[in-house]
Amino acid sequence: MKFNLAGQFYDDIFRKISTVMALLIIGLVIGIFITLVIESWPSIKAFGLRFIWTTTWDPVSREFGALPFLVGTLLTSFLALIIATPFALAGAIFLGEIAPPRLANPISFIMELLAGIPSVIYGLWALFYLVPIVRWLEIKFGAPPFGLGMFTASLVLAIMILPYALSVARDVIKLVPQDIKEAAYGLGATRWETILHVIVPYARSGIFAGIVLALGRALGETMAVTMVIGNRSAMPHSIWDLGNTMASVIANEFTEATEDVHLAALVEIGLLLFVITVIVNLIARLIIIRLKVK
Amino acid sequence: MSLERLPIIFRTEDLCAYYEDFMAIKHINIKIPQKQVTALMGPSGCGKTTFIRCLNRLHELTPGARITGSIYLRDQNILQLDPIVVRRRVGMVFQRPNPFPTMTIYENVLAGYKLLGIRLPRNEADEIAEWALRKAALWEEVKDILHRRGTFLSGGQQQRLCIARALAVKPEVLLMDEPTSALDPKSSLQIENLIVELKETVTIVIVTHNMPQAGRISDFTAFFYLGELVEFGPTAELFTNPKDPRTEEYLTGKFS
Ligand SMILES: Nc1ncnc2c1ncn2[C@@H]1O[C@H](COP(=O)(O)OP(=O)(O)OP(=O)(O)O)[C@@H](O)[C@H]1O
Ligand SMILES: [Mg+2]
Repeated sequence: MKFNLAGQFYDDIFRKISTVMALLIIGLVIGIFITLVIESWPSIKAFGLRFIWTTTWDPVSREFGALPFLVGTLLTSFLALIIATPFALAGAIFLGEIAPPRLANPISFIMELLAGIPSVIYGLWALFYLVPIVRWLEIKFGAPPFGLGMFTASLVLAIMILPYALSVARDVIKLVPQDIKEAAYGLGATRWETILHVIVPYARSGIFAGIVLALGRALGETMAVTMVIGNRSAMPHSIWDLGNTMASVIANEFTEATEDVHLAALVEIGLLLFVITVIVNLIARLIIIRLKVK
Repeated sequence: MSLERLPIIFRTEDLCAYYEDFMAIKHINIKIPQKQVTALMGPSGCGKTTFIRCLNRLHELTPGARITGSIYLRDQNILQLDPIVVRRRVGMVFQRPNPFPTMTIYENVLAGYKLLGIRLPRNEADEIAEWALRKAALWEEVKDILHRRGTFLSGGQQQRLCIARALAVKPEVLLMDEPTSALDPKSSLQIENLIVELKETVTIVIVTHNMPQAGRISDFTAFFYLGELVEFGPTAELFTNPKDPRTEEYLTGKFS
């Protein structure tokens, strides 16, 4: 009885500590949000909702509209996802289902290494290798041959997020129970048919979760993007254009901003980025729950 | 009933199955009669699962596994056929019910077609689904919930769904590896009754640990011991008058 009580006591303490920790985290998120709102208040007051849909970003005339960066962020992130997803899926199927462990393990290891490389190094590499390739492509397509720009940024992002999407997808593919695979083989399915109709559908919610994780990274990725996107604060008209993302414009201008409104406008972009990331994650959670195999 | 007079569907010649260098099945020669229920019995680890998985070439899915000898399905050596073709003709029901969790009951029954990219006209699909579910004695229970997920069913119903799924592609043989061992007694009995009815449609080869069950449902029994086929004959004969001392010991419960 006594022992039981003691057990309950520790249980209780543990529950309380966990609750406090959870509340702290929520508090932290709310705190960040409030700070961003306070710091961006001059800009919010000056431009109101117009901030979101106007395209002029002119520190000299103190006119600030964030639409070019919103577009820049969403465009590069989704383009990166579209480029990375097929590779992530194919790679995950290969590493999770097809390749024998003695091949899959070293490849997976190298992928984890890739995920750990600092983003500035991806940026440097992209300047030396991707920019010339993109320039060549631009000449082929008759676009101005900047080399830099939205498309280059999307490519770097795609490469950077690939290991994330891939490793999550690989892990869930590995978790598909052997018995349902055998059920498929037992019905005369080939390996490919089993992958297509049994393994991928079973793992779909996890595969999607990996893609969302990758999207989260792409939305916020700063350094590498800032280095290759061209840092032009005007509305982009094509994927070959120079541009800026929300993160890159903050990184680029924050240290140089002298005017209060300019600073506040940059913080407001940060606030928008924060909100977008939260919304994307919430939507993703809902979709993951709906996709889950019960 | 004597073995000699019946048409034979499966015949193995000097069949050996390996995991890496370990020989799990040793020089098996057996003739399995058509449209009968053949039970495979023997102590745990004697190779029943390995043997049955050779018959539809699932054995070779295990890394390092291989087969020597020959297995004739109606005079064709299945080891020389495409395993895909073999598995269409020889269906399998596993120990644990394994309906596809992403599919509805209806889709599960027709999975054998969908997986292979065979598109059936709607009415033909409906017909096959109903036929298979009736054969598996599940139709009455699920006819109004065909579009719910198969995994919502009870264990016994799931196992009958798996039987329906296997039957839907009209196999010549149905292999069953301890199909009732994960089920409650009532569901087990339902499946036993089902098996007896099914032998008009397909040949059944069933692994079972349950002696009374083998007695109730099987026409022939094969007794395996340490990878060897020790004795094979009509169930009644083998149970009442075993020729090999090892069979007798097993039947009297000396080892299990
Ligand atoms: N994947 C495997 N790798 C290596 N050895 C295996 C493997 N599967 C089975 N074996 C071995 O092969 C032998 C036969 O196993 P099998 O599963 O066929 O026996 P079983 O008669 O079905 O037993 P049970 O009644 O317990 O199901 C056993 O000695 C077992 O240890
Ligand atoms: Mg077994």
